[in-house]
Amino acid sequence: MHALLILSVAIIAFPIYFAFVVSTQSLAEVVQKPPRLLPSGHLVENYVAAWHKSKMGTLLFNSAIVAIVIAVGKISISMLSAFAIVYFRFRGRQLVFWMIFVTLMLPVPVRILPTYEVVGDLGWLNTYAGLTVPLMASATATFLFRQFYMTVPDELAEAAQMDGAGPIRFLWSFLLPLSWANIAALFVVLFIYGWNEYFWPLLITNTESMRTVVIGLESLIPRSGTEQPTWNLIMAGAMMALLPPVAVIVFMQRWFVKGLVESEK
Amino acid sequence: MKRTVFRNRWLPYLLVLPQVAVTIVFFFWPAAKSLYLSLYRSAPFGGRDVFVGLANFHALLTDPDYYDSVVNSFIFAGGVTALSVVAGLVVATLANQKIRALGVYRTALLWPYGIAPAVAGIIFLFIFHPAYGILPYYLSFVTAYEFNWLLESWVAMTLVIGATAWTHVGYNIAFFLAGLQGIPASVMEAASVDGAGPVRRFTSITVPLISPVTFYLVVVNMVFAFFSSFGVIHAVTQGGPGRSTEIMVFKLWKDGFIGLNLGSSAAQSVLLMAIVIGLTMLQFRIAEKKVTY
Repeated sequence: MHALLILSVAIIAFPIYFAFVVSTQSLAEVVQKPPRLLPSGHLVENYVAAWHKSKMGTLLFNSAIVAIVIAVGKISISMLSAFAIVYFRFRGRQLVFWMIFVTLMLPVPVRILPTYEVVGDLGWLNTYAGLTVPLMASATATFLFRQFYMTVPDELAEAAQMDGAGPIRFLWSFLLPLSWANIAALFVVLFIYGWNEYFWPLLITNTESMRTVVIGLESLIPRSGTEQPTWNLIMAGAMMALLPPVAVIVFMQRWFVKGLVESEK
Repeated sequence: MKRTVFRNRWLPYLLVLPQVAVTIVFFFWPAAKSLYLSLYRSAPFGGRDVFVGLANFHALLTDPDYYDSVVNSFIFAGGVTALSVVAGLVVATLANQKIRALGVYRTALLWPYGIAPAVAGIIFLFIFHPAYGILPYYLSFVTAYEFNWLLESWVAMTLVIGATAWTHVGYNIAFFLAGLQGIPASVMEAASVDGAGPVRRFTSITVPLISPVTFYLVVVNMVFAFFSSFGVIHAVTQGGPGRSTEIMVFKLWKDGFIGLNLGSSAAQSVLLMAIVIGLTMLQFRIAEKKVTY
């Protein structure tokens, strides 16, 4: 059993190991037969070359901005709307709930052309606002917070009201401190979603300086048949593009599993 | 239902405003516009829209290219789902043993989920590379067949399916592990005492007891493969060779943003909407029943 498990881990890890190995080799080593499966000594020079060739600093910076703004934005607006839905009675409450639910059925591809048009009309093409705001509505995050608020004992709100705390004070000083586990869990999942989004940033960015790393990586791959692809640099670029989200998973594993499993319910 | 609620006439509206604003401006309005555009033939570069009824749909449904993209989508989504769900269940079962350092194993199994399918595609592209790839090289000792994804449709399809399933298997492992922990150890022990081996226990106990999770994951993986796989196709095969890996989402983009055939692209959006609505309904029907085993 143990051996089979180790084998599974090895199979799952192999593509990354191989990409890492290639990213440390010279081009001559990359194309030699039989393939070399051990790292070589060109790590630093390859990563530096890939960094400059694809303007990796800008790409990584843009990806970080996009992923963080999407995650924080989704969490914030979802917390506020879930709070309103659970702790207030107001006309249209049910309608708001259903509107948020329906967004689940409208992924980017089914509204792509008109959304592009709207972002254009707002003057948001090629801006961080255009990259992030249209992706910020989140049914899953709203449901998660709604579910969580329902489990918070009524006594807490009663006590807060007794102390004379208004709704905003209650949200800020009572609910927020209780919500950190949920926030951390959602953050990991949404950060990865934002970092890895491809379709949307490809459409609405048209200059290299606004590209995110997932789409910018493609610039390392020559599409004309005449140029020899520098596979070692491509793999170095791929390693740099996948390191941040993978690091987030590894270091926040507990939250990641919680966020994944609970936000899908 | 909360007994304690706050009373305020306008505050709840203010609180839902950001979410509702984003929902209307970037979800409902564009979706409605997709429906509208799908009934018109619009000239690119600012011409007038001409109402054409269902002509865009008629054109699509009689177009062999569109038919191909539908078939490709189902092959792709079916392949990704089958591969990542089956692999996910097997690996999760292996990891669900009472062994030390489970946490380390779990991390080692989950992390590919952080890799974008497009980036995974680029790595697999090199592994599959006809001239330098490690896979064709080792296969060349076994068979003379040339595994060239630039020429062979099925090799290209296998490449994109493999890369996508690889990034998604961790997701399924996480769900299966959560589900497997809900199966009482006493059931497994009883089966062991009765002489059932590991394989028998897996097929006769684990698979039936975990089936609600499996059905749920099948639907979620289908949705993922249908709607979030533009990147891997765009970055790796560009729909080729020929149009053999051109899935519906890729064709929609190509017809709309490259071909500037807005009416047809909108009609494709509407048909995709029908698919996602069906799958989401199914997902929630299953989610309701999920806990009942």
